[in-house]
Amino acid sequence: MNTDAPFAPWQDEAATPLIEFSNVTKRFGAFTAIDKVDLKIYPKEFFALLGPSGCGKTTLMRMLGGFETVTEGRITIDGVDMNGIPPNKRAVNMMFQSYALFPHLTVADNLAFGLKRSKMPKSEIDGRVEEMLRLVQLQKFSHRKPHQLSGGQRQRVALARALAKAPKLLLLDEPLGALDKKLRQETQFELMDIQEKTGTTFVIVTHDQEEAMTVASRIAVMDHGKLKQVDTPDRVYEAPNSVYVADFIGDVNIIEGQVTKAQGEMAELSWGESKSSIRGMAGANLSQSASGAFAVRPEKVAIFTDAPMDRYNRVTGVVEDIAYLGNMSTYYVRIENGALIKSQVANDRRIANRSITWGDTVWLSWTDTAGIVLAS
Amino acid sequence: MNLGRRLLITVPYAWLVVLFLIPFLIVLKIALSDYAISIPPYTPTLDVADGWGGFKEFWSKLDFENFVFLVEDSLYIKAYLSSFKIAAIATFLTLLVGFPFAYAIANAPEEWRPSLLMLVILPFWTSFLIRVYALIGIISNEGFLNQFLLWTGIIGEPLVIMNTNAAVYIGIVYTYLPFMVLPIYATLEKLDGSLLEAAQDLGCTRIGAFWSVTVHLAKPGVIAGCFLVFIPALGEFVIPSLLGGSRTLMIGKVLWEEFFSNRDWPVAAAVAVILLLVLIIPIVLFQRNDQKQREASK
Repeated sequence: MNTDAPFAPWQDEAATPLIEFSNVTKRFGAFTAIDKVDLKIYPKEFFALLGPSGCGKTTLMRMLGGFETVTEGRITIDGVDMNGIPPNKRAVNMMFQSYALFPHLTVADNLAFGLKRSKMPKSEIDGRVEEMLRLVQLQKFSHRKPHQLSGGQRQRVALARALAKAPKLLLLDEPLGALDKKLRQETQFELMDIQEKTGTTFVIVTHDQEEAMTVASRIAVMDHGKLKQVDTPDRVYEAPNSVYVADFIGDVNIIEGQVTKAQGEMAELSWGESKSSIRGMAGANLSQSASGAFAVRPEKVAIFTDAPMDRYNRVTGVVEDIAYLGNMSTYYVRIENGALIKSQVANDRRIANRSITWGDTVWLSWTDTAGIVLAS
Repeated sequence: MNLGRRLLITVPYAWLVVLFLIPFLIVLKIALSDYAISIPPYTPTLDVADGWGGFKEFWSKLDFENFVFLVEDSLYIKAYLSSFKIAAIATFLTLLVGFPFAYAIANAPEEWRPSLLMLVILPFWTSFLIRVYALIGIISNEGFLNQFLLWTGIIGEPLVIMNTNAAVYIGIVYTYLPFMVLPIYATLEKLDGSLLEAAQDLGCTRIGAFWSVTVHLAKPGVIAGCFLVFIPALGEFVIPSLLGGSRTLMIGKVLWEEFFSNRDWPVAAAVAVILLLVLIIPIVLFQRNDQKQREASK
């Protein structure tokens, strides 16, 4: 096995996907929940479906599990058309948002539930249950009932139960939603660890972009039943293909204007009454002299008291607000066209030594490659 | 503990002492007395004016003769056993009818559920006696049911339902149905739908998921409903005497006959005391189930 190459089967033409959505549409009455989705998910991927509530991400996952039918189009798993195949006949298991642990069964019996209904001989079931308990470190709790466990332990039982039958594909519906923040962060790494150990393909549904960025090999950003962008976390963050994605993932400053130059990798945009120009990476589907938007992340915007003449991108404005967050401060600067631009600066000096304060006229600047020009 | 709280607790205890314990002791005393042609129809009676000597004489006359009689005369044991059998069968039939009712209501659209529950409870607004009488109009030989079946041609002769055990079962199932439906509904309504999906996800068919999840989790409601039907059905008097025949043997009916036809109060009181003791067993079991359920849901 070549361990040097990064894991990126989606770039490999020869790789066969585990899951393939072809032109899949799902309607509930007059409401279109999923709108002509095409998507390939590869073996061993940790794939995140990300979007606001009601965007269709849960419906998309439930169609994989067999809990929703497909109105139009086709879903194949491992090359087999899944149309009409009930959940119990799919090599897919799901970890439910509510965990859905059977309250009348002990932890061990919950884990054995699926195994008892499979072809696994009775003699092997106990061993498998033991193995799953070890995987999620719950050996001591095997005889407890779900209501005698903490939220984090229940979450682990649900994960172990879903993995017990060694599915080809594991679906996770907001798996960490019920945990508090600290536990959630620990569990994210545990999830990644378990995914790597078992080699199972994971598809996770989440509305928490930080969680998606942490765990996923690729993220699909969804809105109104459509896939807006499917890409690796860094690409989604650094090179969003639309204002929607840029705005949904993390914090972003948007400056609207006219695209004046779109050649190769770089593009320019003129904005405001003064038609001043800013330069950034060229986004997808840019066309010259159409309207566009420039997107730049707050942490990439530097703030100066004097105009930084050595930089191409510089914008002046007045400090309207300063949010002090301890390790960093965010300056809210009102610029010429009325937009409020955020600049995030690490507080490497004590607050008393800060040279910029409310009402000051300042200069904002960023490098040529820091932002991106998007078609709007 | 302050006075107010003590007073508050006193109220239910006083209620139980005055309206349950004292009447029970009176009944127990009558059960230990002997039959007499007098008013009241038993002896001895305690005359406080006779003082300590009178009390000693009164005490010495009390005995367990009537209880011995209940054991010796097979009628009573048969009546207890027959009551048990009828109540058990009727409870089972009520469960068969009530579970689908509760399941259907729990799975109905949410905005319908209150109205459906109302329909189950609505018959309670009519007097119990009138409802049982109304059943006679339906199931008697010339009743609506027979008229309808004769009209459709399904039967050539009227079905004899009245004055049989079948009529008693119909009466109990009809009148006690809400006691079965409500507790089962309460457990089914709380059931998390994702549990069924999880069961299917882990390899169950739809029917398998229903058995291994819905039926299992409805168990506390089923047990509660069965006790709520079984306990009153065991001592039921109105239904067997109005719908049942002369061969329907139930302890409630025997009790009534001893009191009002034979006017043998001591034997009737003994029958009542035994019935109460017999009923305590299922009531204790019911409470234990209830407590277990409460602990489980903590």
